[in-house]
Amino acid sequence: MKRAITIILAVCMVIMMLSGCGGGASGNVIKIGVYEPSSGDNGAGGKQEVLGIEYANTVLNTVEIDGKKYDLKLEIVDNESSNDKGPSAAAKLVSAKCSVVIGSYGSSVSIAASDVFKNAGIPVIGASCTNPQVTAGNTHYFRICYLDPFQGTVLANFAVDEFNAKKAYILTKLGDDYSAGLGNYFKEAFQKLGGTVVEETFQEGNSDFTAYLTTAVNEKVDVIFAPTSTEAASLIIGQAISQGVNIPFLAGDTWDSSVILDAAKGSDKKIFVSTFFDEGDDSALGSKFVRDFKKWLNDNPEKLKNNGGNDIVAAVSALGYDAYMVAVEAIKAAGSPDPKKINEALWDVKYTGVTGDIAFDEIGDAIRNVAYIKSVNTSDGSWNFVAIQSVK
Amino acid sequence: MSEKNRSLNGVITPQRKNEFFKSVLGFIRKNWVGFALIAAMFAVIFILEQILPSSSMLFVVLKKGAIYALVAVSMNLLNGFTGLFSLGQAGFMLIGSYTYAIFTIPLEARDAVYQYFNGGIIKFTVPVPVALIMAGLAAAIFAYLIGLPVLRLKSDYLAIATLGFAEIIRAVFQWDKLGPVTNGSNLLKRFPSFSSTLYPFFVSGICITIIVLLINSSYGRAFKAIRDDEIAAEAMGINLAKHKQLSFTISSFFAGVGGALLAMYQTTVQAAAFKSSMTYEILLIVVIGGIGSVTGSILSSFLFIASSEWWLRFLDDETYIGSFRVPLLASGFRKVVFSIVIMIVVLFYRQGIMGTKEISVDAILRFFRKLFGKESREEAA
Amino acid sequence: MEFINTNLPYILAGISVGGQYALISIGYTMVYGILRLINFAHGDIFMVAGFAMVYLSATSPLYISIPFTIIITVLLGFVVERVAYKPLRSAPRMSIMISAIGVSYFLQNCAWYVTSGLAKQYPKIPWIGDSISIGSATTKIVTVITPILTFILVIALVLLIKYTKIGMAMRAMAKDFETSQLMGVKINSVISFTFIIGSFLAAIGSLLYFTNYTTVTPIAGAMPGLKAFVAAVFGGIGSIPGAVIGAFIIGICENIIKGLGWTTFSDAFTFALLIIILVAKPTGLFGEKSTDKV
Repeated sequence: MKRAITIILAVCMVIMMLSGCGGGASGNVIKIGVYEPSSGDNGAGGKQEVLGIEYANTVLNTVEIDGKKYDLKLEIVDNESSNDKGPSAAAKLVSAKCSVVIGSYGSSVSIAASDVFKNAGIPVIGASCTNPQVTAGNTHYFRICYLDPFQGTVLANFAVDEFNAKKAYILTKLGDDYSAGLGNYFKEAFQKLGGTVVEETFQEGNSDFTAYLTTAVNEKVDVIFAPTSTEAASLIIGQAISQGVNIPFLAGDTWDSSVILDAAKGSDKKIFVSTFFDEGDDSALGSKFVRDFKKWLNDNPEKLKNNGGNDIVAAVSALGYDAYMVAVEAIKAAGSPDPKKINEALWDVKYTGVTGDIAFDEIGDAIRNVAYIKSVNTSDGSWNFVAIQSVK
Repeated sequence: MSEKNRSLNGVITPQRKNEFFKSVLGFIRKNWVGFALIAAMFAVIFILEQILPSSSMLFVVLKKGAIYALVAVSMNLLNGFTGLFSLGQAGFMLIGSYTYAIFTIPLEARDAVYQYFNGGIIKFTVPVPVALIMAGLAAAIFAYLIGLPVLRLKSDYLAIATLGFAEIIRAVFQWDKLGPVTNGSNLLKRFPSFSSTLYPFFVSGICITIIVLLINSSYGRAFKAIRDDEIAAEAMGINLAKHKQLSFTISSFFAGVGGALLAMYQTTVQAAAFKSSMTYEILLIVVIGGIGSVTGSILSSFLFIASSEWWLRFLDDETYIGSFRVPLLASGFRKVVFSIVIMIVVLFYRQGIMGTKEISVDAILRFFRKLFGKESREEAA
Repeated sequence: MEFINTNLPYILAGISVGGQYALISIGYTMVYGILRLINFAHGDIFMVAGFAMVYLSATSPLYISIPFTIIITVLLGFVVERVAYKPLRSAPRMSIMISAIGVSYFLQNCAWYVTSGLAKQYPKIPWIGDSISIGSATTKIVTVITPILTFILVIALVLLIKYTKIGMAMRAMAKDFETSQLMGVKINSVISFTFIIGSFLAAIGSLLYFTNYTTVTPIAGAMPGLKAFVAAVFGGIGSIPGAVIGAFIIGICENIIKGLGWTTFSDAFTFALLIIILVAKPTGLFGEKSTDKV
């Protein structure tokens, strides 16, 4: 019977080869892969990051190398926020012969697909994946945002400075590198400052957070730190409102989303997040980006819908924009669409983006030392700028 | 008399062992054409790897397809040949992949991988082939223990109990207290993996061959007897409990090996990925291929993977013909089309592609001969 | 008193979620009682009810969207039975179960396609979504409403099954499928009616559940569905009071386990309970003796 399999396989293979194998970079096109979630847990944030990249592509869609003009084309795949679907989405980018890839929102999926890109020799620029494991030990993965050890420390400092916090409740999601990592770094920093912590985790698909919140209340904590996806966040906030939990919430960059604003609007919850970029940025580059990006969103109803139906500029959109520009800089510096050359060129790229100056250290991480702290204005559902925080 | 009884009730007897080896020899002698073809298949893959760029989706499909083929066949051994409706496959794959990963992560990478657990407590590695076998054995041991209480249950109760066990296994592997071994709920990575498509084909090929030999031996006949009529099988002297346990354990062994291969293919492992939806997917592969057909399962694994990873991907992309936007095409449409196809198969082609039949060289030769004969007749006319 | 104060929120959450599981588990237990089928798609029908409410309330006021949500859910339950289970009535039990898994896969994928996998915010239903203080705990009014409503619905259902003709037909079919057919019971309409009741209760359950936990995702029905099924088995499948009591036990235990800090095992516990009951007392707490299961 095994003999027969062969024949069938052979037939299949012929069909496959006839049907597929399309794509490939032709003449004057350089493909930039976009490896982002547009569905699943992180879909909302991923879509906003893609918007930044798409907008950047409308601003700058050609590059000149040796007097020859190349069109820059985006190749967007959806990694479904899932570690097991991610690698095959990445494989699709590889087979489409992308020169450089941007992504992904969510550190777990970035780590999961890292090896696919590594084996193909394609460099990747992470826009908002903050877990150190994404770039550690790799030469092909770069990142333009700050890291979780930094972010965790910033937030721990903030908790102590602002609320004089002695005890913190840390709620993380099982099996999510971002959540577990940031929770862990916050814990380390917070304990170093003399605080104690209570840690709990929740499973994927969990929607009942009342028990967790009750524990936090019973433990008499001063702050709740919940670095989770926006999906879980809106549940946590909603249940905190209905249970009348009055402990301030702290969270990382994922909570910088209009989902949080919607959930907290009209309540009396105190919510603070650290993030990469603030819409009220008054630098020339930043304010121009905010203005033009808003106009672009409002001109394209489809894009506006992807942004959550409003024109609030998310930090990840700004990072997506910068990541794209860094990729273009690298292509220019490499003087070739060859992924290997781009990879080498990336180490020396220096670029001033809307989120600040970007240059890579020896690990491939951007050298960053400030984070923005914002709080939710619950009366009109917008962000209040609180402080720019850096670590001594 | 007691002697005779024991040999009737016992599962492994000298006669049966002999018969098993005879069937192996017979199998090889009878199927030399098949073996030649398998060799040819490996040669074809080898040549393809030389001429096509390694990034081609073809290799993605072939690798993943080969792994799913093994898992599907192992599930078929249980569901199709022994009639035990088990939904625990994802749990056993999880055990296999974790066992493989835990024992093969290079020592120098352990500090980075087990960053929250001080490098873990396991301070040695084993070679890859040994780890593959250990993966299977670990899954088999768990299966044996789970089988003791669970296999007494029937059809849907067995299904829901095995599903429950898979969920429990998943929770245990995510438990923080086991972190030094399992890395808690965090990713395991940096373990050795394969780059050539031949590797999963080779391992899956060996495993599937062993399963086929088992099915063709007297054990296999006993399994089928249990499937067709438990009471009659028992009356014929087949020890139900032992044979069910055997089938369950062996099936889990190969699911474990399949899980290890999947880990190698994905290069990272995380317990959260082994949800019950993974079991459902494998079950649907088995159903499409035909419950009770090994070749059907293999064929449908490749079709399933190729469609979901490659051929139907275009359904997920917004497509424009000129300025006209093709309706319906958007992220997720591929899966809707897919599930409609599956429902059609389940409802109207309950036999799947192959039913309980198998593809054999003879059948294909006959088919070609017929085709050829017809053609030559036409030429003559 | 201190003990009650600190633990009351866990118990309240448990009772509330238990009541919601109870409404789902009735659908499982009735269908299983009559068809001997684990309707894997039942949890997903519950999920679709959630999405129906999300989309309907975006365009119409509550007094229209709530009844329409219930109607859509009931129709879906009816259609699923007619399309996916009825053609397989004479097929082996495994085939129907596979079909049920297929339907579940289909509904989840459709929901994924429509929403592209993003969580949707459930509309606020006035009054039952408001906060209320009970002793030291603050919770939503729905927490208090759920057990009361569940109780009323179950009493109504038990009366229906006991005293109406169709109820009698259901009981007859649960006892002996073939004989009741021979006695002139219109099996198709009785089965459809069973699915309609099950879906109706699932729709009510989803209104209560999602008012409490306000986001709907394509997999939102999977876990509650499985837990409700476990509740049905625990209480003795086929027995409605059994399913309800099982659901409350599971809901409360789950929250106590979370309160104890064993959060990783809150789902696993449910399945451990299932396996223990299957091995120790396969008929469940209130199930009738039958030789079918072991």
